[in-house]
Amino acid sequence: MLGLASVGRLSIVFFDIVGSLSKFFVQSVLSCLAPPFFARQFGRQLWRIGYNSLPVVGLTALFTGSALALQIYIGGSRFNAEGIVANIVALGITRELGPVLAGLMVAGRVGAAIAAEIGTMRVTEQIDALVTLSTSPFKYLVAPRILAATICLPLLVGIADIIGIFGGYLVGTRSLGFNSAVYLKNTMDFIQVDDVRSGLIKAAVFGFIIALMGCYHGYHSAGGAQGVGRATTNAVVSASMLILASNYFLTSLFFGT
Amino acid sequence: MPKIALQDVTKSFGKKKVLRGITLDVPAGKSVVVIGGSGTGKSVMLKCILGLLKPDSGSIKIDGVEITTLHPWQRENIMRKFGMLFQGGALFDSLPVWENVAFGLVQGKRTSRRKARPIAYEALAKVGLSEDVGQLSPSELSGGMQKRVALARAIASQPEIIFFDEPTTGLDPITADVINNLIVESVQHLGATALSITHDMASARKIADIIAMIHEGKIVWQGPASEIDHSGNELVDQFIHGRAQGPIKMAINHQ
Repeated sequence: MLGLASVGRLSIVFFDIVGSLSKFFVQSVLSCLAPPFFARQFGRQLWRIGYNSLPVVGLTALFTGSALALQIYIGGSRFNAEGIVANIVALGITRELGPVLAGLMVAGRVGAAIAAEIGTMRVTEQIDALVTLSTSPFKYLVAPRILAATICLPLLVGIADIIGIFGGYLVGTRSLGFNSAVYLKNTMDFIQVDDVRSGLIKAAVFGFIIALMGCYHGYHSAGGAQGVGRATTNAVVSASMLILASNYFLTSLFFGT
Repeated sequence: MPKIALQDVTKSFGKKKVLRGITLDVPAGKSVVVIGGSGTGKSVMLKCILGLLKPDSGSIKIDGVEITTLHPWQRENIMRKFGMLFQGGALFDSLPVWENVAFGLVQGKRTSRRKARPIAYEALAKVGLSEDVGQLSPSELSGGMQKRVALARAIASQPEIIFFDEPTTGLDPITADVINNLIVESVQHLGATALSITHDMASARKIADIIAMIHEGKIVWQGPASEIDHSGNELVDQFIHGRAQGPIKMAINHQ
């Protein structure tokens, strides 16, 4: 009987979360689509989520592209296929590593910041104050962040693609002895529009997930400093998990079977 | 017709019954102060009126309009009548002081920033803050000054009803008295209706026309502020004299 009760309790908690998350999701999307829009807030979030994430995302891409080039060279040399480095780096970065790693880095950087900021606003009654000043917290806080993240992530990943491939190029030409012109030609010939496009669509979904999780956990935080800390952790962990899971489903959606 | 009318309002959180049938009228243009200990339901009552919480049953009317069943977008029109001074100030720390004060005008009522700015500075002047405070960030201000800014924000959009949530908590007695005076002045100046909750008796005596006492989620006494010392109610007597012994038993050993 004890086991059954705990299963029941867990189910209730689970459906409670699913329910409140769905409600939050619908409210967020509606507030992104209907006026009033807060252009000033939106601009501010574009700056904070997009521009300020450039160094982190750029460095991640640079080192990932470089390491990828080395690994593929070592792996490829086992069956005399060293020449494949440029092609695989381009494919790996644009399809998979660019969006996923940028998504995870931004989830850590931005998702945490959103949850902490909105969570603090919740526990210091600033969100209640918004309501009493006839301003919807969804429109003022949530919508600008979700829109900004959904727009910024593809831009960031586009830049990450270029920097990542450049990282592979640097290692390929400087330490693996590839000819610079040949490396570039291999990359350009091999890469297809679809590779890049699928990565950018993934990125937009990841951006949405990051902002949604940050806002959701921040908005529902309770219990002072500890509650805000918990909200921040939950925002990053849930965003990261959802990014990895949705990445698999999006990949299988894009590339058949 | 009372400006605010509560009838048998109840609210529970899980198994905990916080409001057990609150009935309270706030006449137009009067200042009503609800006193009561911590955890008696004062804040929950206020949040139900503001629409931040939804009561389980009962009726809340503003100007005769039932608000518990309103749609969120209809509610916005009602919200425009309200101003609120939060206990901790609840100033937006991402905005400078003057933008905090102008917030209700700029975001809520869609006034242009250029027009709202002089109104914000005027409201700041009314609470005794100089021009240069307007450019500072709220975190650069002392607690008393933050309360003043919060008061300026609450009155800037000229609300018909102002709520005060523990306006003097955490302030020294002199600053508290300054805030009390400002509250009385600004409410009279606006001709507004005021509903405050507090456990500070000095504050209650100063700002109230009518005092009501809440205990265990019910209003147990209400009357003119001048009669608070002759209420004939044991609960009220114990509270205003701050005695540990009496009919009110504070939960000490358990939450």
